[in-house]
Amino acid sequence: MVNPSPDIDIIWDWMKQVEDPEIPVLNVLDLGIVRSIAWSPEQVLEISITPTYSGCPAMKTIETDIGEILEENGITRYQIKTVLAPAWTTDWMSEEGRLKLHQVGIAPPVGVSADKGLLMGKIRTVRCPICGSEDTSMISQFGSTACKALYRCENCLEPFDHFKCI
Amino acid sequence: MQKELFDYILRLADNSLIHGQRLAEWCGHGPVLEEDIALSNTALDFIGQATNLYKYAAELEGQDRDEDQIAFLRDADAYFNLILLEQPNGDYAFTMARQFLFTMWYYLVLEQLTNSKDSFLSGFAQKSIKEVKYHVIHSRDWILRMGDGTEESHQRIQSAFDSIWEYTPEMFEMDDLEKQMSEQGIGVDLLALRPTWRSQVEAVLQEATLTTPADAWGHSGGKRGRHSEHLGFILADMQYLQRAYPGAKW
Ligand SMILES: [Zn+2]
Repeated sequence: MVNPSPDIDIIWDWMKQVEDPEIPVLNVLDLGIVRSIAWSPEQVLEISITPTYSGCPAMKTIETDIGEILEENGITRYQIKTVLAPAWTTDWMSEEGRLKLHQVGIAPPVGVSADKGLLMGKIRTVRCPICGSEDTSMISQFGSTACKALYRCENCLEPFDHFKCI
Repeated sequence: MQKELFDYILRLADNSLIHGQRLAEWCGHGPVLEEDIALSNTALDFIGQATNLYKYAAELEGQDRDEDQIAFLRDADAYFNLILLEQPNGDYAFTMARQFLFTMWYYLVLEQLTNSKDSFLSGFAQKSIKEVKYHVIHSRDWILRMGDGTEESHQRIQSAFDSIWEYTPEMFEMDDLEKQMSEQGIGVDLLALRPTWRSQVEAVLQEATLTTPADAWGHSGGKRGRHSEHLGFILADMQYLQRAYPGAKW
């Protein structure tokens, strides 16, 4: 027998099973894209998610996957809402998420997203996730997905992805 | 329904969609793989932004249309994008010049819209400006690289700016709708942005050893549905599937 209205904390915990389809090592909590979970007065579960990028093609899959987890756990009355504000920022990415990225060879975001210097041509140091060298250079601002840039390490010569700061 | 706000949202949405559609034409044709990927990513950002705006427009309209119907079932005279954005891609220099001039302007517009009294628009702007920042950086890098590059790249990017310049005045045009939206604190006073835009553009062009063209006559009409012959071809390509198979879904 499943509890008809489980505690919010338990539901948050279920979200760890929902992967980012583009970087499956991360779950939606690592990314910080689940913004709120609450029971409405009518006992409808309301979940708000926010896209990393406006055109992120993974959002639809993530929404479907969240729905599946809820249904597996016996929740049939739920509503998943996409919100734009406040805008997602890499600052919301968990420490665990950053570590996981590093472990699979993707350099995690560095610095704070509000830094306007970038627009003025300022370049941040991105550490090579393979050998740890700081002698790296950007090949392209846009990598295999909108959220990543393409870098090369001048020390070990390996190319790598960097999760950019937004 | 707030007809004015609806029309204003369509102007922004159509800019994003038509620009995204043009950039997407580079997919599979980029000069190098990294640029192919960069432009496809950029196109995706703009089409995503357009989707968000059309959804809001559909909500304002309160009828049975969704974002896809608004995008795919309107004819050219009901599209309100800037004429600049429907111009054919040309060579990579032309595409980058258009990208640079437009995103420099759009960044300033979004910066103002973050303070919009319309809460959707302000949230939309806070989200989108982060993406447009990267579009500005990407195109500016190319302006510098081509302007201060070889003789041929210099000549190509200079002639791109020379031929595209006459499409820029429309960006700052304040017609009745723009004025009304600006006065209500929803929209933006575009004229006030012009000096900043001009000096920022000039600074980059100067660094790229390029000459900023002089302001002169400019095209107008896109905001009111009067377009160049190119928009019809874009729509024919983009809308074909929904026109031939109404309601088709992935
Ligand atoms: Zn290395």
